[in-house]
Amino acid sequence: MTTARETVLGRIKDALALAPAPDTTVPRAYRTGRTLPDDERLALFTDRLVDYRATVHTCTADRTAQVVAEVLREHGARRIGVPAGLDPRWLDAYDGEVQQDSGDIPAPRLDALDGVLTASAVGCAETGTVFLDGSPDQGRRALSLVPDLHVCVVDLSTVEAGVPEAVARLEPRRPTTLISGPSATSDIELERVEGVHGPRTLAVVIRTDR
Amino acid sequence: MSSTFLGMPATPPRSPYGTGNLRGDRKFPEAAHDELRNEQLRRNLGRATRTIRAKRLDVTGELPDWEALREAGSAIKTDTMNRLPELLEQLEQKVTERGGTVHWARDGVEANEIVTRLVKATGSSDVIKVKSMATQEIGLNEHLESAGITPYETDLAELIVQLAHDKPSHILVPAIHRNRDEIRQIFLKEIPGVDPGLDNVPAHLAAAARAYLREKFMTTKVAVSGANFGIAETGTLAVVESEGNGRMCLTLPDTLITVMGIEKVLPRYRDLEVFLQLLPRSSTGERMNPYTSMWTGVTPGDGPQDFHLVLLDNGRTAALADRIGREALNCIRCSACLNVCPVYERAGGHAYGSTYPGPIGAVLTPQLAGMHAAKDDPNSSLPYASSLCGACFDACPVKIDIPSLLVELRHQNTEQSGTTAEKLAMKAAAAVMKHPKLFTAAQKGAGIGRVIGGRDGRISHLPPPFNGWSESRDTAAPPKQTFRSWLASAEGAATMRAAAGEYEKNRKQQKKEEEEK
Amino acid sequence: MRIGLFATCLGDTLFPEAVKSTAVLLARLGHDVVFPPGQTCCGQMHVNTGYQREPVPLVRNFADQFGDASIDAVVMPSGSCAGSVRHQHEIVAERYGDAALRAGVATVKAKTYELSELLVDVLDVEDVGAYFPHRVTYHPTCHSLRMLRVGDKPLKLLRAVDSIDLVELPEAESCCGFGGTFAVKNAETSTAMLQDKMRNIATTGAEVCTAGDSSCLMHIGGGLSRIRSGTRTLHLAQILSATRTSPYVPTEAVR
Repeated sequence: MTTARETVLGRIKDALALAPAPDTTVPRAYRTGRTLPDDERLALFTDRLVDYRATVHTCTADRTAQVVAEVLREHGARRIGVPAGLDPRWLDAYDGEVQQDSGDIPAPRLDALDGVLTASAVGCAETGTVFLDGSPDQGRRALSLVPDLHVCVVDLSTVEAGVPEAVARLEPRRPTTLISGPSATSDIELERVEGVHGPRTLAVVIRTDR
Repeated sequence: MSSTFLGMPATPPRSPYGTGNLRGDRKFPEAAHDELRNEQLRRNLGRATRTIRAKRLDVTGELPDWEALREAGSAIKTDTMNRLPELLEQLEQKVTERGGTVHWARDGVEANEIVTRLVKATGSSDVIKVKSMATQEIGLNEHLESAGITPYETDLAELIVQLAHDKPSHILVPAIHRNRDEIRQIFLKEIPGVDPGLDNVPAHLAAAARAYLREKFMTTKVAVSGANFGIAETGTLAVVESEGNGRMCLTLPDTLITVMGIEKVLPRYRDLEVFLQLLPRSSTGERMNPYTSMWTGVTPGDGPQDFHLVLLDNGRTAALADRIGREALNCIRCSACLNVCPVYERAGGHAYGSTYPGPIGAVLTPQLAGMHAAKDDPNSSLPYASSLCGACFDACPVKIDIPSLLVELRHQNTEQSGTTAEKLAMKAAAAVMKHPKLFTAAQKGAGIGRVIGGRDGRISHLPPPFNGWSESRDTAAPPKQTFRSWLASAEGAATMRAAAGEYEKNRKQQKKEEEEK
Repeated sequence: MRIGLFATCLGDTLFPEAVKSTAVLLARLGHDVVFPPGQTCCGQMHVNTGYQREPVPLVRNFADQFGDASIDAVVMPSGSCAGSVRHQHEIVAERYGDAALRAGVATVKAKTYELSELLVDVLDVEDVGAYFPHRVTYHPTCHSLRMLRVGDKPLKLLRAVDSIDLVELPEAESCCGFGGTFAVKNAETSTAMLQDKMRNIATTGAEVCTAGDSSCLMHIGGGLSRIRSGTRTLHLAQILSATRTSPYVPTEAVR
């Protein structure tokens, strides 16, 4: 008996034989390999993040802990989760409770956290996008999803000008999440509303000198 | 039977008649007749599409290389279709290598059976669902319910539609036909334990949906999703969304079942750099959608450890066998064509009777499911549900020439339809117009129309099939003289001579003025 | 320049004033206007309704009538007919024609223009010396706009008209709802589109709504007439051919 796989592949080959098409080369005349000076990337990235209602804080690397603590306090986060590989010094100024994540914590228990603090892999200035790739300082995907506040530390050196430059930095096999502002919907009269199932607040801490 | 055995290619079959959601129960004009009378619908759609059109133009206009991106997107999809067998086999191999299981489905019936079997194997009687056109197309929810499994739609708009026992009317915003007041009513009636003081503020409505679905996300063991892209090179799948319900479904359950049309494959990971720019800007008019999830098979310690990919044909190979029509397979489901379509804006998505409404639906639906002439198929009316204004072609991020596809499908329909009154009339018209003498005589005959014109030269009633036209439009009675008889007349000749004379006079005048200078 | 005038079947039979104006305008600009008498119809209605075999003789006739090398350019006061000649004739010839037809179609296609294209691109003129002291709004018909890409050429011509009061039409680029047999097969949806177009026209307070296609004007004008709106439709050529010495005089009832 013919399997569905053989049948479908056979149909495709038949279709292509019935309606052969010339080979196509892909013109890639769009912008790639763009670079922008730090100040311009920072300005663009910030503008785009704010446009989508993320809160943005800029600091030098040595002030990370202070700024992180201020942001968490500002949002009333008394109990936060962090991935196992997060730089512990980022929490030096925070006086709340910290729960280090591990794979055996069931997702519903993450719901009890006030927020989560993670690093990030890549950024894209033109679209205001932060990319998480599941590295030890970013953790598993559930961690940055279930709590209602996500504080994300982004190094300006990882922020690329546009989408092609950012995608080029990704490692395809890693589970990757692109985040552009807080959770939102346009499902009611096509009007954008922030805050549905993902974190309703996204705070981005941009470090300018690492 | 395939070429493997016979050496002769066979035309692949359409989606089986009577299955899934690719056919309405009546033709477009009849369905539109009712929809057009729904004033609320007209207002909701007009408002929503106007908003989204402006946003899309803003964010596509700010990219200087938008046209180059469209060119690339179009070429990548065309290249994909040309190499579909090898790309699908590569995708299958990569997904399998990374711990996923790949299934193939000849049609919707088979895909439904596969998904149901997989869900049953987990022992769960509930599934959470990410908005997916493919599962909508095959009627998966209905099938799951018949097997005692409850599907929970988690996208806000899909939830609204599901709670209202309604049908989606838009690819991106399935509840676009509902306004905030209607949504409030639906929630008050259908969500157990909802705050009775819920008002119509969109943020509050979204919060009510969050509260309702939170528990489902935390407890349901199986999720079903579609896929926006599947990368052959790496086996990576991508889901583009806004609310985070996609992330929830793709991350929290133990088992994930993804149903993907075979045309959604892309050759290279790099190709995402094109589509992650084209898709969000064309669909919601955002520079980037809030969330995109990409995963490759199974990642230990992160997300579902049991992953299944169902590759769906369901008429796609039939479309692929059409040299012209196959371009519709390039669609990335952004819905920009719906938002700019004047017909969609008035008649709404339900009038198309298919999961795929609007301009792309009018070309995709008949190709996936056929236009069965013998059955007086409602799908045969879809290619005519367009004024061929071309706004869809301009808006399409992968440059699908929808107007030309519509004209092509109209042609296929007339070819299949045998002898009809319309065909006879068209033949007769062509027979007259190919002979200038007959044409001139017919023009004189048209002069008879002057008789039915009123004293003011207006004709206000015409017989069928033109009665719909004369319902709202006057028609001028034919003039006394055609252009050609005027041109041949003494008056015509004199007028043309005078016009040429004016040129000579002006030229002399000009010359004189120049000389005087 | 020797210009072949294609009247279009609709223009020839029902809207001769638009064709007369085109002929007079081109003659006044010093061109030799020829009217091949064997011309009939471009076959657009057939192709757009799904018939490609039936219009083969029409496509052939068009190529025969205008193929002559002595004709430098072919003009027609219709964006949709020009679109048909430029985009659809080759589809018909490819599928149901012979080599001779394909060659003929390619020859005429290359020299076929809609009126505003001919004036601005080929004859390099924007001010045609017209005089039209009326309030006018312009509807850019879909096939002119999106199939031929005439862009703002008609507006350039209108802006140069002496004493014209040209007002912008809101949502100008939306289809009026005509679409040939669409207006018959889907009359109610077409009417809904027409009503929005008429509402936008009304906000301009224009005396005249103009366009480069008699078919769309027949639709819009038919609607405006039915509601006794007080705004009338007029082909672009009729505005461009009006002068101080021979000003525009209304002659028809509905259009």
